[in-house]
Amino acid sequence: MSTVRSQKDPPIRVAVTQAVKSIRVRFVRQVAAGLGVLLGIAFYASVRTSQALSPVNTADPTSVEAAQRLQWLAILSLVMCLVGITNSMLMSVTERYKEIGTLKCLGSSDGFIVKVFFIEALLIGSVSSLAGSFVGIGVMMVVRFLTDGATAFTSAFFAQAGIIAITATSIGILLSATAAVLPAFQAAKMPAAAALRVEV
Amino acid sequence: MATIPVADNELVVRTRDLVKEYKLGDYSVYALNGVSLDVFRGEYISIMGPSGSGKSTLFNMIGGLDKPNRGSVFINEVDIAQLSASELAYLRCHTIGYIFQTFNLINVRTALENVTLPMLFAGLAADEADERGMELLDLVGLGDRYHHRPTELSGGQQQRVAIARALANNPSIVLADEPTGNLDLKTGKEIIDLLRKLNEERNVTIISATHDLKMLDVSDRIVYIRDGDVAKIDTRAELDLNVGSSDLGEHS
Repeated sequence: MSTVRSQKDPPIRVAVTQAVKSIRVRFVRQVAAGLGVLLGIAFYASVRTSQALSPVNTADPTSVEAAQRLQWLAILSLVMCLVGITNSMLMSVTERYKEIGTLKCLGSSDGFIVKVFFIEALLIGSVSSLAGSFVGIGVMMVVRFLTDGATAFTSAFFAQAGIIAITATSIGILLSATAAVLPAFQAAKMPAAAALRVEV
Repeated sequence: MATIPVADNELVVRTRDLVKEYKLGDYSVYALNGVSLDVFRGEYISIMGPSGSGKSTLFNMIGGLDKPNRGSVFINEVDIAQLSASELAYLRCHTIGYIFQTFNLINVRTALENVTLPMLFAGLAADEADERGMELLDLVGLGDRYHHRPTELSGGQQQRVAIARALANNPSIVLADEPTGNLDLKTGKEIIDLLRKLNEERNVTIISATHDLKMLDVSDRIVYIRDGDVAKIDTRAELDLNVGSSDLGEHS
C-alpha cells in the first residue's frame, strides 16, 4: 500500500545547518551585506548616543533644530539600511532559484525553504546589528571623551546607552528579518519547474 | 489521502490527454498536445525527441514539478492535480527520484550530505541517514569520495552522487532528464549502465528524457515525441528485430 500524506518540515537543525553552510560558502558577500547593516545601525546608534550625551536645551531654538535634524538623519539611516538588506536578500534568493527548485524536487516543504532564508537573515542581522550598536555608541563616546573628558559619562548616560544598544540591535534584527521574509516566501511558493528554469 | 493496492504489472505512471500551452503574446505554443502514456512498474523507458519536442515538459508534468493546462497525471493511481503543495512535496520526497542534465547537486553540501538530505526531509534520524547514504554511495561506486564537495568531483562522479540521491528514499520512479547530456561518451555509457543495473536489481522504474542514442540499447520501450505528441512507441522486441536492418543500427 502506498499513501500520499502531507510533507512535514524536517527538524529545525536541518534548516540551521543549511543556512550556516550557505553563509560560509558565500562568506565574503555575506560579510559585505552584514557591513551594510552594521554601518546603518552604527549610524543610528551614534545619533542616539550624541543626543543622550548633549540633552536638548528646549529654550534654544538652534539646539532644537539641530536635534530634529539628527532625528531625521537617524530615520534616513534606517531606511538606507532596509534598502541595503532587502537588496542583498533579493540577490541571495534570486541567485539560488535553481537550488530552491532542486530542494523542492528532493521533497523539501515550502516551510523549510522559508526557514533557511529566515535563519540566514537572522544570523547576519543579529551579528552585524550587535556589532553596529557597539561601534556607533563606542565612536561617539571616544569623540566625546577626546573633546570633554569623562564628565558626560554619568550612570544615567550608561543606562541610556544600554537602552540604545538594545533598541538599535532589535531594529537591525527586525529589519533583516522583514527584508528576508518576502523574497523567501515568493521563492518557496514558485512551482519547482519554474525555479529550475531560471538562469541568472 | 489516497491509498492504492500493489499488484503485479501495475501502472506507476498514467497520463491522459496532457496539454501544456505557453502563451507568447497573441498566439499559443503547445509544448504538449494531448499526450497519453502508460508506464508499468520496473520498466526502463526512454523518451526520445528533438529539442523543443516537449520531452522536458513531459518530464516536469510526470514529476509533479509543473501543472498541465488540461489532462491528468496519475502516479500510482493518484491524480496529482488533486494534491496540495505539501502532499506534492511528500510525493516528490518518497515516490520520485530526479536526475538532471546539469546534476543539480547542492553545492554547499558534501556528496554524503547531498544523498542524505532527502532522507532528512523524509524524517529519518541523522545517523540512520548517514548509514543509508554511505550504502548508496558504495552502490554507485563513490564510497571513498563521500566527504567531497560537488565542485571537487568530475561530471560523471557528480551524476553518480545525483543517482544515489535520487534513490535516497527508495522511490518507485526515477525520472532522468538528459542524464548523459553533459557527459562524454564513455562516462555517459557508464551512467546508462548504472541506471540499467539499478533498474534490474532494484526494480526501479526509470523514465528518461534523452536524445542520446546509447539509451536505446538498454530501454524496454522507446517513446518518440514530436511536436508535443507521441509519434510512436517502440518496444525492446521490435527494436532487436530492426537493429542492423534500419537506420537505428548505425547509431547504437
